[in-house]
Amino acid sequence: MSATFIGMPGNFPQNSKKAVQNSQLRFNLRKATHTIRGKRASVVGELPDWQELRAAGKAIKDHTLHHLDRYLLQLEEAVTRAGGTVHWARDAAEANRIVTDLVKATGETEVVKVKSMATQEIELNQALAAHGITAYETDLAELIVQLGDDFPSHILVPAIHRNRSEIREIFLDKMPHVTPDLTDDPPALAEAARLHLRERFLRSKVAISGANFMVAETGTLVVLESEGNGRMCLTLPETLISVVGIEKLLPSWRDLEVFLQLLPRSSTGERMNPYTSMWTGATEGQDFHLVLLDNGRTDVLADEVGRQALRCIRCSACLNVCPVYERAGGHAYGSVYPGPIGAILTPQLRGMSSELDASLPFASSLCGACYEACPVAIDIPEVLVDLRAKAPHAAAERAGMKVAGWILNDHQRLAKAQRAATRVRKLVPKRLPGPLSAWTDTRDIPEIPEESFRDWWERNERA
Amino acid sequence: MRVALFITCVNDTLFPGTGKAVVSLLRRLGCDVDFPAAQTCCGQMHVNTGYREEGVRLARHFTEVFAGYDAVVAPSGSCAAMVREQYPKLAKPGSRGAAAIAEVTPKVYELSEFLIDVLKVQDVGAYFPHRVTYHPTCHSLRGLHLGDRPTRLLRNVRGLELVPLPGAEECCGFGGTFAVKNPAVSAAMGADKTRSIMDTGAEVLCAADNSCLMHIGGTLSRQQTGVRTMHLAEILASTEEAQ
Repeated sequence: MSATFIGMPGNFPQNSKKAVQNSQLRFNLRKATHTIRGKRASVVGELPDWQELRAAGKAIKDHTLHHLDRYLLQLEEAVTRAGGTVHWARDAAEANRIVTDLVKATGETEVVKVKSMATQEIELNQALAAHGITAYETDLAELIVQLGDDFPSHILVPAIHRNRSEIREIFLDKMPHVTPDLTDDPPALAEAARLHLRERFLRSKVAISGANFMVAETGTLVVLESEGNGRMCLTLPETLISVVGIEKLLPSWRDLEVFLQLLPRSSTGERMNPYTSMWTGATEGQDFHLVLLDNGRTDVLADEVGRQALRCIRCSACLNVCPVYERAGGHAYGSVYPGPIGAILTPQLRGMSSELDASLPFASSLCGACYEACPVAIDIPEVLVDLRAKAPHAAAERAGMKVAGWILNDHQRLAKAQRAATRVRKLVPKRLPGPLSAWTDTRDIPEIPEESFRDWWERNERA
Repeated sequence: MRVALFITCVNDTLFPGTGKAVVSLLRRLGCDVDFPAAQTCCGQMHVNTGYREEGVRLARHFTEVFAGYDAVVAPSGSCAAMVREQYPKLAKPGSRGAAAIAEVTPKVYELSEFLIDVLKVQDVGAYFPHRVTYHPTCHSLRGLHLGDRPTRLLRNVRGLELVPLPGAEECCGFGGTFAVKNPAVSAAMGADKTRSIMDTGAEVLCAADNSCLMHIGGTLSRQQTGVRTMHLAEILASTEEAQ
């Protein structure tokens, strides 16, 4: 059972400090993110109309979000017409209750899962476990995370923080049929996982999935994946329950042409993903239920600046280019959504009452690489800055910034402050006290000059 | 051309040499330069740390001070980007503040933009016989889209050997108050940046932002690397006679 994010202690600076000191983690992250980054850049570079595609993706998503109510009702109608059942879930508790009841009604106590960050977000596995139902993750990386009793740490590569010898240890420990002669060779590890999962797929009567896209016009759900586990989950079981955030909607079938280009190139750096599965309503021999999850999304939609986060197609391009994510890793963000998108999405979905959530809008140097990489042009730095204005600030910082603002708002006060600094220039210690020690722990401070530019100009030009 | 200098509060207070270099460079190129004394700060620190109200006040002050000039030149990609990219988002559309912002901000240039786009010079007649590497700070690169303007200017400096910086486009980890709020990650990014700089074998690291240079330079100095940091303006201002 993978662990839960609820009540994760600390804040981003503390969490990332630990991560930064772990050189193996730093090495793994650097290697993985730079590899995907390079692949992405080359396949994006192949498309002469990438910026137009990106603008189209943004426009389609914005239009959909603007008319979300209308398109959701259209989707419900289309899915129902095709024999599926649509359920509406306001929050995590409601979604978990709906899914638990649906599974209970089948009489099964085991389910297989694929491709669902939404169910991670609502901590469905824990909710099912509380009712005696065991959920098995089938994505290889999710499986590693689940068997290792760990948290996912990347949107696309949830086990990015693990190396293959760690994975071998986890398999030896947790997979019943694995023998000690298992090597840490990737094909050997993949084969062990395949055997383990095959058995689950063939036994399971219930599957729970997410979806990359939902098409309002046709009621079609779409899953893009690389391993084929998704297709197994979607087709073999007798009952399929899909839990999908309401923002995953697209108006028409035609809109997929944009996103089926944007997503694989941005996420795995491939021209096309290996498996694209689409299903509309219930198919013969299978019950289909769609749980539409709000869980804070309509609140995000109400925010003029922050709502652009709902355009996200979970490609993880922003994580792979983010210098902060590269050093801090995914766990530091304390949420199923790590990296730059997590830093804006999580505090919007959860609010900023916990120390961790309040620290997330500050977990960025505002370098802008995420915005540049985002296939739907989410201006992540803009949202970060907006959230910072809404985040709580420590009293000492508020006081300091107020004084700084007062000095900077008047050039005579600024000149006086500069002259005061000049007078004590020889007395400034090499190690600064208080929060400024964060600067002098690793860097030298610049020398305060004998004279400000302002005074030099005054002396030379006005004399 | 009557040019107003926006020296920026960090340069004014901590790096007056950069301001002096801008003055001598622009005069050498025939500009009539003025330093409006009432100028203070663009408000970036306040806005980006979540103190919007104070930031808006500083933005209003900026637009008042620099209204009426043909051009405003700032030796900082970061502060120029703040004014040009972020100011328009600070005022209510249709308000008086928005009109003032719309009036002033298009005339604000980062130094290399002003030299290349307005003065139309690529060779400023500088001489600097050293091995230099250039770090294109994030706001210059992705905020203002300066492109190769700074390096075009550096390539025309006599005696200067420009060496490419590996991973040049990666953030150095300064990020304003980020350096103090997330010191561990900031320091890790700074350490990786200094390693790249050391790999070039350059004597001097050049950038168009002293705040980033302060962070990288502080790291280079703490590690006793001997590599100097210099603002682009200082290299461009330097001439054979001055050497």
